Amino acid sequence: MSEPASPENLPARPGTAPEPVVIGSRQGMFGAADGGDTSGYGGLVAPVLFPAAAVRPYGGYYDEVADLLEHALDGGSASYAQAIERVVVDRGEMTVFVVREHLVGVARALRDDPSLRFEMCTGVSGAHYPHEVGRELHAVYHLLSITNGGRRIRLEVSCPDDDRHIPSIVAVYPANDWHERETWDMFGIEFDGHPALTRILMPDDWPGHPQRKDYPLGGIPVEYKGATIPPPDQRRSYN
Amino acid sequence: MPEETRDVYATSVADTEDAEGARVYNAMGGDWDAIVDEASALREERIVVNMGPQHPSTHGVLRLILELDGETVTEARAGIGYLHTGIEKNMEFRNWTQGVTFCTRMDYLAPLFNETAYCLAVEKLLGITDQIPARASDIRVLMMELNRISSHVVALATAGLEMGATTVMTIGMRERERVLAIFEMITGLRMNHGYIRPGGVAQDLPRGAIDKIRDAIPLLRRGLGELELLFNENPIVKGRMVNVGYLDLTGCMALGITGPVLRSTGLPHDLRKSDPYCGYENYEFDVPVRDTCDSYGRLRIRIDEMYESLKIVEQAAAKLQGVQSSSSPVMVEDKKIAWPAQLAIGPDGMGNSLDHIREIMGTSMESLIYHFKLVTEGFRVPPGQVYVAIESPKGELGVHLVSDGGTRPYRAHFRDPSFNNLQAVAAMCEGSMIADVIVAVASIDPVMGGVDR
Repeated sequence: MSEPASPENLPARPGTAPEPVVIGSRQGMFGAADGGDTSGYGGLVAPVLFPAAAVRPYGGYYDEVADLLEHALDGGSASYAQAIERVVVDRGEMTVFVVREHLVGVARALRDDPSLRFEMCTGVSGAHYPHEVGRELHAVYHLLSITNGGRRIRLEVSCPDDDRHIPSIVAVYPANDWHERETWDMFGIEFDGHPALTRILMPDDWPGHPQRKDYPLGGIPVEYKGATIPPPDQRRSYN
Repeated sequence: MPEETRDVYATSVADTEDAEGARVYNAMGGDWDAIVDEASALREERIVVNMGPQHPSTHGVLRLILELDGETVTEARAGIGYLHTGIEKNMEFRNWTQGVTFCTRMDYLAPLFNETAYCLAVEKLLGITDQIPARASDIRVLMMELNRISSHVVALATAGLEMGATTVMTIGMRERERVLAIFEMITGLRMNHGYIRPGGVAQDLPRGAIDKIRDAIPLLRRGLGELELLFNENPIVKGRMVNVGYLDLTGCMALGITGPVLRSTGLPHDLRKSDPYCGYENYEFDVPVRDTCDSYGRLRIRIDEMYESLKIVEQAAAKLQGVQSSSSPVMVEDKKIAWPAQLAIGPDGMGNSLDHIREIMGTSMESLIYHFKLVTEGFRVPPGQVYVAIESPKGELGVHLVSDGGTRPYRAHFRDPSFNNLQAVAAMCEGSMIADVIVAVASIDPVMGGVDR
């Protein structure tokens, strides 16, 4: 009892360590919004917390990559501090959140700097977080450096839903041509500067962007021997 | 053909200004010569031919839009999306284990790669990558390498068929059948297995499976030898494939090309070596490389890779045979992730093991409740995102998986190698003859199920 607690056993004081990022909240336990809730579990509210920004040292080769990137951005259009919002290291992967205006510059530095040399971009994937107000749509890029023994790094860029613009990096990574078209098709993110941003998987005259969370899955109820089962997105389910 | 022929396939949003004055010929089983005569009589300068989406040599519903000058392709564009089935969206409405059932249907020639990539991603999100039993990883490697053979053999078979070599096709399909018979014995299905699950595999190898694999290996070797005899030094094959579909290392890097196409430029990039998963670092094998940058090099790489796969299969089978299955599990120990009942082959096909049913129905109400909860609710995955890439027969198959802490994926995105590699069609085909387009596309080996997802 009298023994003083070692610092690592104490929780961090408020403001000293980055807080996890709240991207939404979950209500109840069983996803059933209708019907009488006699259990009381329906009143539960739990925040959905994404990993917090990492603090140095990041571990592995991530410190080196961050240092090199800082050096490579030096003297460019934006410094490291201006271009990078935060760095997250989670599950052994490094995510660099980039301010969207500076995405092309960061991508170019990552590709061209001889010691970084992320020569391959394995595409962009989108994600829609409707509850993260002001940064609803995310574009997630995965870069690979074969030169440096298969290093990987993830760039994440966000844009608000009412201004769905992210600069295209097709000029830096031509491989992203179709990937950006797919992300536009599925999420409605407009990649400014893309040579031909048209739909790729959905028909040309399709209304809406199907992978957004506000776009229904669709489907019809299934009837069997008088019983009706609603389509998958309307079924009662766990959340 | 009457003067007022309209393009019945034109979309409502087509650029009518651009098409002003252009003539449209719809060839629907008529006499092609008549159309060609008419077109040449009019001295059209620019002919745009729509190859596909229902063309026998486009590997499914790929649409190639070719602008021709005589027989020379001046511009080539690929139109995709005809097989889009919304797999990624559907996965957001099923629990993590059920996701396997969807993603296995993407690249239908390599279902076990889709499953493995997805399961590795789920395991990474859960943080249980180290807890996967060695036997499960060995089975995954065994199945993936057999699958690599069955996928490559179809690539060669269809490539041969498209060049008019039907014997190649029948031999290729025959060899594939041997592999599919093994898959059927182990998983119960020839395709769309749903066999590899988050945490391990659905069930252990049945009795006699290793022997069946051992028996099949020499037959497969002989079949590959037959394919080699038909392909390798065949003057027609070489005439059609050498220096066709040329794409060098710079082009591959810029376009993000991976797999045999990248290795045909001389770069030995293989994720099994550079970033091993499932214990690939414990297997002896080489990465075949050519430096011709052409379709012929890719063909030879695929053949060599199949021999390497057979080597891995032999090593995996040796590992699996020595161990009694009862003493080494094929599923992670955590009962909340592993489904409660291992499957068993019952008299009516596959089902839960009878012992398990006896327990939950007869003796333990608690077991029944847990079984119900685990199967209907599934497990929860801590919030975050991961990207996992594996070396599929076509290249880097990447999975970007996001969890919001729920029982279902928040976002599942698959970076299918065929989707990316098809971007190279223009670079490979423009300036070549129209007949070379077929060969070049076949050398990419696109599978539209994976491209369109």
